[in-house]
Amino acid sequence: MLKYLEGSHAVSQVVAMCRPNVISAYPITPQTHIVEDLARLVGEGQLDAEFINVESEFSAASVVLGAAAAGARAYTTTTSQGLLLMNEVIYCIAGMRLPIVLTCANRAISAPLNIWNDQQDSMTVRDAGWIQLHAEDNQEAADLHIQAFKIAEQTSLPIMVCMDGFILTHAFEPVDIPEQKEVDAFLPSFKPQHIVDPRWPRALGLYADPRFYMEVRYILHRALEKSENVIRQVSADFAQAFGRESGGLIKTYKLEDADLVIVTMGSVAGTVKDLIDELEREGKNVGLLQICSFRPFPKQEVYRALKTKMNIVVLEKSVSLGRGGILASDIRWSFPRGEQKGRIISSYIAGLGGRNISTESLREMVARVEKEPVELAFLGLNQEIIAERDL
Amino acid sequence: MMETTAEDLNRVEKKNLFASGHRACGGCGQALAARLVADAAGENTIACVATGCLEIFSSPYPDPSWRIPFLHSLFENVSAVASGVEAAYKALKKGPVNIIAQGGDGSTADIGFQSISGMFERGHNVLYVCYDNEAYMNTGVQRSSFTPYGAKTTTTPMGNRTRKKNLPILAADHGIPYVATATVDDYRDLQRKVKTALSILGPKYLHILAPCPLGWGHAGDLTVHICRLAKATGLFPVFEIVNGKVTNVLKIPNKKPVEEYLRLQGRYRHLFQKGEPSGMVAEIQEIANQNIERFNL
Repeated sequence: MLKYLEGSHAVSQVVAMCRPNVISAYPITPQTHIVEDLARLVGEGQLDAEFINVESEFSAASVVLGAAAAGARAYTTTTSQGLLLMNEVIYCIAGMRLPIVLTCANRAISAPLNIWNDQQDSMTVRDAGWIQLHAEDNQEAADLHIQAFKIAEQTSLPIMVCMDGFILTHAFEPVDIPEQKEVDAFLPSFKPQHIVDPRWPRALGLYADPRFYMEVRYILHRALEKSENVIRQVSADFAQAFGRESGGLIKTYKLEDADLVIVTMGSVAGTVKDLIDELEREGKNVGLLQICSFRPFPKQEVYRALKTKMNIVVLEKSVSLGRGGILASDIRWSFPRGEQKGRIISSYIAGLGGRNISTESLREMVARVEKEPVELAFLGLNQEIIAERDL
Repeated sequence: MMETTAEDLNRVEKKNLFASGHRACGGCGQALAARLVADAAGENTIACVATGCLEIFSSPYPDPSWRIPFLHSLFENVSAVASGVEAAYKALKKGPVNIIAQGGDGSTADIGFQSISGMFERGHNVLYVCYDNEAYMNTGVQRSSFTPYGAKTTTTPMGNRTRKKNLPILAADHGIPYVATATVDDYRDLQRKVKTALSILGPKYLHILAPCPLGWGHAGDLTVHICRLAKATGLFPVFEIVNGKVTNVLKIPNKKPVEEYLRLQGRYRHLFQKGEPSGMVAEIQEIANQNIERFNL
């Protein structure tokens, strides 16, 4: 049913429909309305789950770790500093192969303190062994959660559903919220394989000396790589069951005839599409490649989509300080060495700390990369502020 | 929750649920305590263990010593992990089951203090067992907030200048229904306290003094003797706190001077230059005297 909802509430409603057994979250640092709404649903008896109010994100992640290890379908959500505080547990959850679902409302990282949107937070844990899926809009954010529990439980991998903070979490949009019976038909109940249970004593979380550690990490890496097939399949099954495309590994827009391709992920794809339409009317062929699954990184799909494209610009809301674009690095690495020649892959960092990305600012980017390759640029910097401080 | 009678409580349990063949040092108080705790709790128990000596010597892949379910993740989060296990059992309508979170003094009182406080405050039905060996032993004897006044560690080479954090009292002040202290020399008392704790709904805290021959600098066969002296001097009061009231205090009619306890341990050797006790010994005696007065030992 189509409902006019805040992004956070679209997520909390579908998460509740996925019937998590244990939800744990810390309400600050910062947080969204997702947890408040889930607390209400549990409190009012609409959702039969344990809601654990903890004293920090570190404990929120630890509670869901323990719950999943005991066989519960477990869910948590956080953002920004909260995700950084969870970091140690985030790695541990993946290493222990616990299929936890976490919503990351992407927001900036201190310092300076800033509560607005960018994607630096989830980038800090991109190597932790979690699947990271990025939503374009609130409909996709809702849909991805239904898919996420299924993918996580099929692969024994945790999933982070990333949605842009404020731009999505606090925005009201019409969202098609499915019926409970549709979700139940799509998402079977959780049948965990390895849990702590006195009826069948097992040890979880043993330490591995140098004879075993690398193999465990390699197996985790392979599991991430192999999860590409599951992500693709679950997205296809979802389209079949719910009648709309959501998720998957990558998406494209007017890519076929494009002379210039913009690569990005998250909500800015909407702005980019508007720009592409405007430019098309002006006679320019620009296309979009949107990364939905950032981890595992769908290298082959990216290559197939871009192999005939000679001018590419990567637009991203995070930066590896001292190095440059993170997504840009992954895109550059997607081409075999021999095919790099003559291909221009520019890198733009944009929208850090909530700086607005407008079609006008994107026009400047397009105009420049049409003329010259750009190794690294920050979109829309105020040169007056920099002039006072820069070396 | 366990059904318990007085006879059950006083029986010494030997089930070997924490099996031999682990890698603890000879005379390790923690290994002995962990076995007593597991055997007292019985098969219907989940052990959540913090990173530390116990975890390291009992859980190398592929040879864990545990015959009950064992769950380990990190150093500072065992209370939250156990909270999650308990929440899962509630949500899945499974159980009843004994959930025991276990850690050393560092993972309990220092880096894990926030986590244990949260678990107490939220009221989870979990027994927390702290094996107190009064320093970070697993990593080479560094000071923790449980390191007693005067003790030498690798990070307090001149002797520790702070007094030991009093976690049993802090635990009780969270309003939890049961707190107890115990030592590894008295099997019956220790196991009775485990069984008593598990018969009570809500968060429970059991603080066990577990000598570390390596870190304390005493012979492995002195572990039991050292525990008895820790009690007899008043340095380690043994008691229970039930619903906020101190009860069942172990009386010490024949009180021993702390010097007798200190002289047996390398970590206090610097207090006896040329055999003569330094001023610090008198200060440690004063700490024992305060305990004797406070708990009416």
